[in-house]
Amino acid sequence: MALNGMEIYKMLPKKNCKECGFPTCLAFAMKLAQGGTQAEKCPYMSDEAKDKLAEATAPPMKTVTFGIGDRAYSLGGENVLFRHEKTFVNKPRFAVMFDDGENADDVAKKINHINAVNYTRISEEMYVEIAAFRCSSQDKQKFISLIKKVTSDCKKVVPMIISEDPDIASAAAEEFAALGPIIYGANEKNCEAMAGIASKHKLLLGVKAEDQAKLYDTVQKIQSMGFRELLLDGGGRSLKTAFDDAVNIRRTALLSKDRTFGYPTVAFVCDMTRDKMMEVAMAALFIEKYASIIVLSDMDYSMALPLFSLRQNIYTDPQRPMRIEQGIYRIGQADEKSPLLVTVDFALTYFIVSGEVERAKVPSWILIPDAGGYSVLTAWASGKLNAKSIAKAIKDFEVEGKLKTRELIIPGKVAVLKSDIEDELPGWKVIVGTREAAALPAFLKEYRQEKAS
Amino acid sequence: MAYKKPSQKFSGKIREVTVGSGLKLGGESVLPFYKFDGDTGAKPAVGMEIWDVFPESWPQSLKDIFGEYADDPVKWAKFCMEKYNPDFICIRFEGANPEGEDRSPEECARTAERLAGEVPVPLMIAGCDSDEKNAKIFVKIAEALPDKNYVFLSAVEANYKEVGAACGMAYGNIVSAESSVDLNLAKQLNILITQLGVKPEKMVMNPGCAAVGYGFEYVITTMDRIKLAALDQNDATLQMPIVSPVSFETWKVKESAASEEDMPEWGSQEERGIAMEIATAAGVLAAGSNAVILRHPKSVEIIRNFIDELL
Ligand code: SF4
Repeated sequence: MALNGMEIYKMLPKKNCKECGFPTCLAFAMKLAQGGTQAEKCPYMSDEAKDKLAEATAPPMKTVTFGIGDRAYSLGGENVLFRHEKTFVNKPRFAVMFDDGENADDVAKKINHINAVNYTRISEEMYVEIAAFRCSSQDKQKFISLIKKVTSDCKKVVPMIISEDPDIASAAAEEFAALGPIIYGANEKNCEAMAGIASKHKLLLGVKAEDQAKLYDTVQKIQSMGFRELLLDGGGRSLKTAFDDAVNIRRTALLSKDRTFGYPTVAFVCDMTRDKMMEVAMAALFIEKYASIIVLSDMDYSMALPLFSLRQNIYTDPQRPMRIEQGIYRIGQADEKSPLLVTVDFALTYFIVSGEVERAKVPSWILIPDAGGYSVLTAWASGKLNAKSIAKAIKDFEVEGKLKTRELIIPGKVAVLKSDIEDELPGWKVIVGTREAAALPAFLKEYRQEKAS
Repeated sequence: MAYKKPSQKFSGKIREVTVGSGLKLGGESVLPFYKFDGDTGAKPAVGMEIWDVFPESWPQSLKDIFGEYADDPVKWAKFCMEKYNPDFICIRFEGANPEGEDRSPEECARTAERLAGEVPVPLMIAGCDSDEKNAKIFVKIAEALPDKNYVFLSAVEANYKEVGAACGMAYGNIVSAESSVDLNLAKQLNILITQLGVKPEKMVMNPGCAAVGYGFEYVITTMDRIKLAALDQNDATLQMPIVSPVSFETWKVKESAASEEDMPEWGSQEERGIAMEIATAAGVLAAGSNAVILRHPKSVEIIRNFIDELL
């Protein structure tokens, strides 16, 4: 719970020595209560007071990490239940499940899919971050050799080692410690041993229980051992119970402000259905609410395209407009005589416009000037999209050298810019395009026909 | 300390609206699928989209399924009913498009009448790209099918007066108020339509829809905010059930539309289309949609199971 200034003041040494940079201990305490300074600034505070303060000022949900180097990821640390309240912080990561009882063909197929799904969408690299391994053979060697195979074939994945047998978990953790794996499988009975393994190798520990109440007790037990790098699983394996777990663990942390559940959660979608398309539906739900690791049985392009896009959307900071890079974009097999359109650098607008141009099947160029990251009308109204910014883009991206066309199609909503642009760009003709992107295919087809005749 | 399960109780409630003679939408007093908190109201409805003209622009996989029936909307609707049993049929009057076949309001009304006579579930009537033309066809269709409680998609800022007066008032059907991903615009349009005299129980809304990846965060955030205003602040102007025309958006984006020749590494075009439709539908349902419109039979099956498993 948060402390007020007087409560903090009582814990200070009251020396008024000014070393913290404040005239008195009381002034320091007041500032600290507002979060305007850090407790470490006072060198004379007792350890006990420091711990109390750290506890009081810690965020409601812990940020934990797994992986290493450029494959280190943060989970949790969320402050809100809805993105418009502030923003979501750490996006969920996708895992593909492997089982050491699975046949070699299935393993090979999943490895191929993981390696194939690797692309960039609006400056974000999309790939499967985690390979989860279930030890159903109870054979340590078999288990370890599967993990070895997959992690050496799929260079990007971080392993998630799933076993409730501390002996097996420990052997696998030892073997793959350098990859920063997740150890999953602490329960009521084995949690002491499992926490020992995780703490020895500094790994993230997955905790599992039959239901939320039992999970709560187990987490308290682990916390009392001083270990706090946790990932929670309330045990639900039907969509309904797993959704209940995800929502209520998150609400316990953020609404009840109870840090026992102040950790990220994992959803084993692969255990809830055998149908790939049902996995897509369920994963979509858990991206919005509120899983931090989503384990699927596979990840081919048909699953990846919607799920990575959804994740990207939901984890976009609502305060910041999504922008795409300025430049000249080629759509289809456009050549130097193909139509040239201009629109804004607001990513949503660009995606809609480029999608419609693709649909038109008229190869074209799209010029993106600096428009402040706004939609067409907002960019124009705020003065970001004007004749000068468009002319500058034509020059900066050497359009006159690259293309033979001297006609520029502008959005219908900013038809008023036509003569200004023609003044700025001698030798160019401005064509007023459509008001809505949906009308572009018909417009472009007609435009191309007119050009041809 | 023992675990105390949290819960969120609200004073507001989404209005229950009856479509056709017995399809109920809305009525929930908790966040979407929060069964653990209280009453989740009517089960979200799943409808199928058909067109008044042959859907030339649909991907081949869909034409393989519907093509044989799609030259006649009545045949098409009956096929959907028999095989896939949707909760409602959404007929989209693409043929009314002034830049296409430009079919007359009278012709559209005749088609709607034939459908109403043959299809046992309620209809949702959607228009084409032209707001002006939609106002004209909606008026004629509503007149031909009075007091049916069919939903007209949609009244927008540009035509809400004609659509509201005819569909919602004179001829006793239901008006869907459509705005584009902005809580204030949604609220304003709902108020304008009720001020015309349309009763709130004759209204639903579509506060904007998009495919995942295409500004979908605006859709989700607008819906989150609407549901919180409706439930938590008991804002009666935002308590209408939400209808999301998912298929209108998801089948035109490149993930669904790109052929296997164009994108060989992406694999099956049909699977991509289904997955985009399913992820988008599950996404809006999780944010509070009370009815979704879909195209592919596999999407209908999955989304229906998805809803059943959650409730
Ligand atoms: S450094 Fe510590 S003891 Fe000294 S004035 Fe600041 S708070 Fe007081």
